[in-house]
Amino acid sequence: MSSTPSVLVVGGGSTGAGVARDLAMRGLEVTLVEQGNLTHGTTGRMHGLLHSGGRYAVADPDSAAECIAENRVLRDIAAHCVEMTGGLFVKRPEDSEDYFERKLRGCEDCGIPAEVLSGADARRMEPRLAPDIDRAISVPDAAIDPFRLVVANAADAEANGARVETHTTVTDLLVEGGEVVGAELEHGSGPDKRVRGREGERETLRVDHVVNATGAWAGQVGKMAGVDVDVRPSKGVMTVMNVRQVDTVVNRCRPKGDADIIVPHETAAILGTTDEEVEKPAEFPEEQWEVDLMIEELSKLVPALREARTLRSFWGVRPLYEPPEVGSEDPTDITRDFFLLDHADRDGLGGLTSIVGGKLTTYRMMAEAVADHVCARFGVRADCRTADEPLPGSEDFSVLREHMDEFGLRSPVGRRSVERLGSRADEVLDTEGPNPTVCECEAVTRAEVQDAIAGAGPDLNAVRLRTRASMGNCQGGFCVHRMAGELHGYGDYDEAVVREAWDALIEERWRGQRHALWGEQLSQAALNYALQAATGNRDRDPADEGEVDFAAFDGGPDGTERPDAAADGGDRDGD
Amino acid sequence: MAIDSAVLVVGGGLAGLTSALAAARAGADVRLLSHKRSTLRNASGLVDVLGYAPDGEGPLVDPFGAIPELPDRHPYRTVGVETVREGLALFDDAVPGYRGGHTDRNALVPTHGGTVKPTARYPASAEAGLASDARETLLVGFEALTDFDAAHAAAHLEAAGVPFDVRGVTVRFPGDLRADAGVTRYAALLDGDGVTVDGRSVGARQALAEQVKPHLGEAERAGFPAVLGDDDPAGVREGLADALGADVFEVPMGPPSLPGLRLAERLFDALDAAGASIETGNPVVGYEAEDASGRGSTRVERVFVDKNGADIPYAAEQYILATGGLVGKGLDSDRETVREPVFGCHVPHPEDRYEWFADDAFGDHPFARFGVDTDGDLRPVDARGEPEFGNLRAAGSVLGGYDFAAEKSGSGVSIATGYAAGRAAAEVVA
Repeated sequence: MSSTPSVLVVGGGSTGAGVARDLAMRGLEVTLVEQGNLTHGTTGRMHGLLHSGGRYAVADPDSAAECIAENRVLRDIAAHCVEMTGGLFVKRPEDSEDYFERKLRGCEDCGIPAEVLSGADARRMEPRLAPDIDRAISVPDAAIDPFRLVVANAADAEANGARVETHTTVTDLLVEGGEVVGAELEHGSGPDKRVRGREGERETLRVDHVVNATGAWAGQVGKMAGVDVDVRPSKGVMTVMNVRQVDTVVNRCRPKGDADIIVPHETAAILGTTDEEVEKPAEFPEEQWEVDLMIEELSKLVPALREARTLRSFWGVRPLYEPPEVGSEDPTDITRDFFLLDHADRDGLGGLTSIVGGKLTTYRMMAEAVADHVCARFGVRADCRTADEPLPGSEDFSVLREHMDEFGLRSPVGRRSVERLGSRADEVLDTEGPNPTVCECEAVTRAEVQDAIAGAGPDLNAVRLRTRASMGNCQGGFCVHRMAGELHGYGDYDEAVVREAWDALIEERWRGQRHALWGEQLSQAALNYALQAATGNRDRDPADEGEVDFAAFDGGPDGTERPDAAADGGDRDGD
Repeated sequence: MAIDSAVLVVGGGLAGLTSALAAARAGADVRLLSHKRSTLRNASGLVDVLGYAPDGEGPLVDPFGAIPELPDRHPYRTVGVETVREGLALFDDAVPGYRGGHTDRNALVPTHGGTVKPTARYPASAEAGLASDARETLLVGFEALTDFDAAHAAAHLEAAGVPFDVRGVTVRFPGDLRADAGVTRYAALLDGDGVTVDGRSVGARQALAEQVKPHLGEAERAGFPAVLGDDDPAGVREGLADALGADVFEVPMGPPSLPGLRLAERLFDALDAAGASIETGNPVVGYEAEDASGRGSTRVERVFVDKNGADIPYAAEQYILATGGLVGKGLDSDRETVREPVFGCHVPHPEDRYEWFADDAFGDHPFARFGVDTDGDLRPVDARGEPEFGNLRAAGSVLGGYDFAAEKSGSGVSIATGYAAGRAAAEVVA
């Protein structure tokens, strides 16, 4: 090949962003498109577990071995996205001894460091564990921030020359002479799309190869080129608690079942999950029983959860895939391994590769496989460097020092900002003006919000995902208007664009909270509603609702005939 | 041996304070028990009566005219429009420095987010900012105060179609303030003698005016976030106005809200002056009742206040429940039920908690209408519609049947029902 091969990567989740980074680092010309925000699909809707592999050590040893390998890589290259919490598989008296032993042996066979703890030792490590937990296996599970990870991958892809377009839909794949040669793209438009790139345009993009990295949506994209990709979307609920009841990932040690994991995450803990096959990845019922099940079942591991405050619940869809000949009935039986589908080989259709199955923990390995495959196709000789080169933000993690004095930030705010930003802390926090806290629950300052707007454009949901602003106890009640103010203050965005972004964030925060509306969180929701509607009149804003006859309203006790300011006696007895 | 009074009010928000004031002014021996800091610190300090009809019609020019059209279950229908007027008259008389009593019409007040909202009474500090006033306006924000972005608010007001030119400017507040200083810190500096600018001490009001003056242009009034003084807000405004040569007003904000705190202070002062006893800081945790004979004749005998773990009894002839709604924790809930925690009064609600809310953030939320139902005398009723207790009335947000956030009716309902409950209790004990 004489010229640089060009590749379109469809899907801005962990896999797509990882593929884009890898290909760009190998010198290919890459365009990444995502229909929503980065992580809009499955990646942004997971429980944030960086698997040790322990979970799959019995049923799915190949996946388990991949997990522990990648776990080690990501701790290194994505240090600012990972919190090394460690993990426990805890056994209740009614859980099988035999399975416990098989789990332990499975971990050993897959090279996963595992150690047996007595119930008492496990409780010394995690004091809130139920008193009747009788044994536990400790493994190197960890927590990972999927959004931070994907943003870092996308940013590095861009730094290596890739073009990244969010809010961009693939409306068709172009097939000529039995080969995929490009795609029809539609770039979002209008204030609700909050697009950075080519707003409102349609674009025909011709490329040498297309990578379908759309996870649960892979079947829909495959169909555009006339190939079947039989992904089986399976939904799972995650319930967010307002504090970390545990500092270690707690798994229940039993073969399979719903509601068997708790993942500590920044200030919160996430309970998961269910596993239910659904028809379509974007439309499925979000049901009350699923939320109740999380609390009831996981209270058996950590009794404090029964009375604890939940902030919200959200659902994700797994992009499960298995070769057609397997035909599992139950989605929990389907392997978590990934599959690279070379459609030239498989369907006689050149120019298209799909990557399906897998999980966030192995995203980099999946990307490497795709990049190897694409490079081989074009005869490009370039080694994969993604396992060795740290992501932006993780280059020099010694920066996790005391930044409080340096940036004039109080201790917890400064520490948390630096943890989120990693080696980018200096660049982001070193600002000219004052740097007040915008989101108090999550200790997010103006500098971080402004940095996120610079990266995400006028999309406050993307700002939320980059910074965690509005994700704490108040679920945005005290800060969404401040975020809107920061967006308006940032640059050239019209007031109408800001208002749309503001309302979209309010609605997004509301959607998850609906599943947590009792007790403290119902009180919080009522307060948020009062602040937004009663104090702010955000629900009946005349700017949204049309003309007001201002002259018909009270003009003050003095009417329109006003004395000048100096003579304004009035009563000075206070106000 | 219980601590006795004739009328005992539980709750220190607007409804509790108004009921205690109404009862005390009617000559009753009144005691008010308030657990935590008043939820008024969360409130804007504006006194809304009715800004929108339940169907969303509005902003309403005349709140009183719309009251007879409200649904039967609405607390305004229980007390009637005349009582609403009487309650407001009590408020106007007792609370200095509020405006709006000169007219039945609502005012439109700019909000910190930049829209306008209809309200019936507003602090004098907001007066010069009314949106029906056509004078050119400058909004002023402070660099570190993230709750109010002046340029955003100005652009938003323009989008709302206000009949005046408005610009926003952000300035650095003079003096050495931390980036995350609270609103009370700004207020204290403006109240106080001076700040240090370039090594010399100058008056904070003058220094602030100097920052703003170059931006004033033709504007005849300047709006600031609601931090203009705590002890002497009128003096702060006057000082700024003199230095600027323009009227000065505050834009109400969310919590912690200085106008809300000032309002609470005024009401506590008025209550003190009326001779009521006030105790704050300890929760009412239980009660004892006596069942005389038959329905409606059960009477609350005493309530218990938790003081450092001890249950101290307080007895009265008449009780008023003004503990607030879901926000103020006068209503509590779990995954199955909603309840009123002090007296266990019946709170009607759907069994399935997925029917407690609407799908949109600003949809028609059933939870917003949660609260106790009452008879015509404001006595909470049980599931059969019978009074829970013969001598217990409820006022304010603990009442069900209205959505104060959508209607902009929270303060008005608290004042009207507080007034009615306080007066009725005083009549019984007289």
